[in-house]
Amino acid sequence: MELTRRNAILLGASAVLASGLPALASTVTDDAIATFTGGAAVGEGDLKLTAPEIAENGNTVPIEVASSTAVEIMVLATGNPTPSVATFKFGSMAATRNASTRIRLAGTQDVVAIAKLEDGSFVQASSAVKVTIGGCGG
Amino acid sequence: MISRRDFLQTSMAAAALYGSSGFGNWARVAAQQALTQDKLLEFDTYGNVSLIHVTDIHAQLKPIYFREPSVNIGVGGNKGAVPHVTGSDFRKLYGIDDGSPSAYALSHSDFSSLAQAYGRVGGLDRVATVINSIRAARPDALLLDGGDTWHGSYTCYQTEGQDMVNVMNALKPDAMTFHWEFTLGSERVNEIVEGLPFAALGQNIFDAEWDEPTELFPPYKFFERGGVKIAVIGQAFPYMPIANPGWMFPEYSFGIRDERMQEMVDEVRANGAELVVCLSHNGFDVDKQMAGKVTGIDVILSGHTHDALPEPVLVGDTIIVASGSNGKFVSRVDLDVRDGRMMGFRHKLIPIFSDVIAPDAEVSKLIDEQRAPYTSALSEVIGRTGDEQTLYRRGNFNGTWDDLICDALISEREADIAMSPGVRWGPSILPGQDITREDIWNVTSMSYGEAYRTEMTGEFLHVVLEDVADNLFNPDPYYQQGGDMVRVGGLGYRIDVTKPQGDRITEMTLVKTGEKIDPSKTYQVAGWASVNEGTEGPKIWDVVEAHIAKQGTISLDPNNSVKVVGA
Repeated sequence: MELTRRNAILLGASAVLASGLPALASTVTDDAIATFTGGAAVGEGDLKLTAPEIAENGNTVPIEVASSTAVEIMVLATGNPTPSVATFKFGSMAATRNASTRIRLAGTQDVVAIAKLEDGSFVQASSAVKVTIGGCGG
Repeated sequence: MISRRDFLQTSMAAAALYGSSGFGNWARVAAQQALTQDKLLEFDTYGNVSLIHVTDIHAQLKPIYFREPSVNIGVGGNKGAVPHVTGSDFRKLYGIDDGSPSAYALSHSDFSSLAQAYGRVGGLDRVATVINSIRAARPDALLLDGGDTWHGSYTCYQTEGQDMVNVMNALKPDAMTFHWEFTLGSERVNEIVEGLPFAALGQNIFDAEWDEPTELFPPYKFFERGGVKIAVIGQAFPYMPIANPGWMFPEYSFGIRDERMQEMVDEVRANGAELVVCLSHNGFDVDKQMAGKVTGIDVILSGHTHDALPEPVLVGDTIIVASGSNGKFVSRVDLDVRDGRMMGFRHKLIPIFSDVIAPDAEVSKLIDEQRAPYTSALSEVIGRTGDEQTLYRRGNFNGTWDDLICDALISEREADIAMSPGVRWGPSILPGQDITREDIWNVTSMSYGEAYRTEMTGEFLHVVLEDVADNLFNPDPYYQQGGDMVRVGGLGYRIDVTKPQGDRITEMTLVKTGEKIDPSKTYQVAGWASVNEGTEGPKIWDVVEAHIAKQGTISLDPNNSVKVVGA
């Protein structure tokens, strides 16, 4: 490839994009949380997030969220290019307030769940899920 | 982490509480007295329940040599804690004399000369004698097999595990859990398990499609022994589809699932269990962490990481028993269970000195029958070791067997760099010993033994080393897979075990030129045991056999290509 000024700019731009991605993703995560909570403080409490420590297959990772008093639970895969995974809503008549799904993870990252509880407060739970290329066990 | 001093104090406290305890006798009985079968088996029967634990036999039907690791680094909260103590530190910790039978059985120092003196270890006909002797004292003792039984030898490969199934059935286990068994492929595993005359347990063995428990592998089984209602809960190796080829058993999913373990403990307690035993293939550090999170387990019989510990480790009210590998040890645990709880225990790790413990004639005959169709292939001598050359594998980094395998890959497959999996199985060969085809299969046999040759960039090589290193040195045991570091030939590197993933491996060099590995340059890499489907190449045992046959006598240069810091 002949290195023209245009190519050089393109190369430079893609490098910036690549190195800027993680920061970008975390900003997206922060923004999504802020939008969900309306800027309210997020504590810990009545919310359980179950995810594997190491994903058997990063393309389909089973996760489960559960809470006895949540009206809404948002799940974010913080390391994905698009962190937003799902938002589950529970009516006041819901007998159980848990949901499970499978998500795709681009790599090792934290999966975060934020719940809005009946009293209007917000709680958070997170779980580190490792995506590995696999190897050799004893 | 509990230091030995704390541990003894804890156990003293436990002794005061429970009235009796089994500590401190092991070294005296086994190490300082003449080796006789009676002494090895001597045990003052205690309480009302006996457990017999065998694990990680890796299809070793016959006596072998097995050198314990010299390097076994603990990280995070397990730094310097057992089982991450080796050699003289280990002997000091347990009061074992240098040169004693216990030193030979449990530590690596002076291995080849002690092996000459004390002979081979293991052999399932000797294990049978030990089990029979325990059953003579306690007829209703429970025999529990921690798995990695139907894998690891020529005959096991040829019979797809049937040789081991036949011999183990003769020992009459009460329950078993699993790991390498699944590499026979789910169809074969299902076929064997459906016909097993004992329980196949795994609370963490799930149906992959529905993420639900399976019917074939129940979570637990109840036993009534010595008037005690005992629940045995199985815990299979959690990372099977990651550490081994998941495509061979796509219907199954695993994981640690400690919350379900808690549910199962609560369930069996609610159903009247007075003693809860977890038959585990988690690996030792994972078991320790699980014991700290799950309440209500009395005994964890720990497997997978091949550690042999002369005393149980205590976490809360749970004792963790580690029983070695390759048929080298049998653990006996006697328990006093009264009023619905464990009041005390007595434990002995019995080393199977094959020249001291008489083989059980019936099981000997059965073993010979399994091997008979293959005798000439097994016994063919391919080469021999030089007068100073021991071949062994165990240890966090390269063993000499791995160096030899990597040399074979580089020369037979014309590669720059070789990679060999950091598995913990595989017996040792002494200096001046013939190397037979059976010996080569003992360190290479598996259902995905293709020796691939591929191109990797320097950058990808780094990613591979970092990925495997994190499986071993992640400070959180739940993220460890229980193998050792991938072995390399033709490649040198520096590893700082205290750093996070991505920063541990530096100074990668191509040994033959001394040049730094260039991230953008492409290298020819040969390896084996890829977890990827469709891997092509000759079988690793054929590659190694061809190399050894050409060499005749094996004398390896010392391998100093890996620099370890932060240990």
